[in-house]
Amino acid sequence: MLIDWQNFTPWASLAGGILLGIASSLFVLVNGRILGISGILGGLIRPRPGDSAWRISFLLGMFAAPLLYAALAGPSIARIDATWGMVIAAGLLVGWGTRYGSGCTSGHGVCGLSRMSPRSLVATLAFMGTGFATVYLARHLLG
Amino acid sequence: MSQRALEHRLSEFLVGLIFGLGLILAGMTDPAKVIGFLDLFGQWDPSLAFVMGGAILVGVFSFGFARRRATTFLGGAFHLPTRNDIDRRLVIGSLVFGAGWGLAGFCPGPGLVSMAAGEPKALAFVAAMVAGMLLFELGERRSALPA
Repeated sequence: MLIDWQNFTPWASLAGGILLGIASSLFVLVNGRILGISGILGGLIRPRPGDSAWRISFLLGMFAAPLLYAALAGPSIARIDATWGMVIAAGLLVGWGTRYGSGCTSGHGVCGLSRMSPRSLVATLAFMGTGFATVYLARHLLG
Repeated sequence: MSQRALEHRLSEFLVGLIFGLGLILAGMTDPAKVIGFLDLFGQWDPSLAFVMGGAILVGVFSFGFARRRATTFLGGAFHLPTRNDIDRRLVIGSLVFGAGWGLAGFCPGPGLVSMAAGEPKALAFVAAMVAGMLLFELGERRSALPA
């Protein structure tokens, strides 16, 4: 196994992860909900009365993050190698898959595993698995 | 808006903000970094393991604490999932999600944050993601129809 030492950012990633953990902790203890982005967004697709305001508030907070981050630390890097076609195909798969599978990296990966949910363990192993497989296919078999 | 409602809306906004900042700091909003983590057989960047690790380290305590409470800190009810069974939908959905994640290096949260940062491909990703979610809803409606 070759470690990409040049791009490895243990401290920033750990700090970022801790912030995600803090956010998830606040969300469950103050709002009583799982901080799962696919669920929060998904619930706006077929909005139910009285159930939208909290979702929109949360999303607005997320949207404000890059603005605040840029003001404090300058613009953040986003290197996208995927083509427009890949990005659209990816979006469709992620959108459908997260809803059908009842969660994503935040809902299952962070909250679910923190709760020791067997469902989330299986889900996380599954999406990590195909995540690894897809990149292997794209980079080492087809690329 | 009542005082209580305002408190709720502000707290949700704040949590969203902290979460978004966490994603950026962690490197989750940089698809190359995500794919670097998923490139297990190439040049492997383990950073994202530290992201999950850090998050769960904090989360385990909070969710454990929450489980023992009757109400939230604002005196409200908990709306937590109760299922424990592993069904086909969970597995298939997750497998499909992972494939999409590996394809572009975006998952829902980072896609939204990147879009908000003005990244055009992230906007396309989010639009397609919403379309995918709509397709899911359509599928649900169809299967809800009497046979």
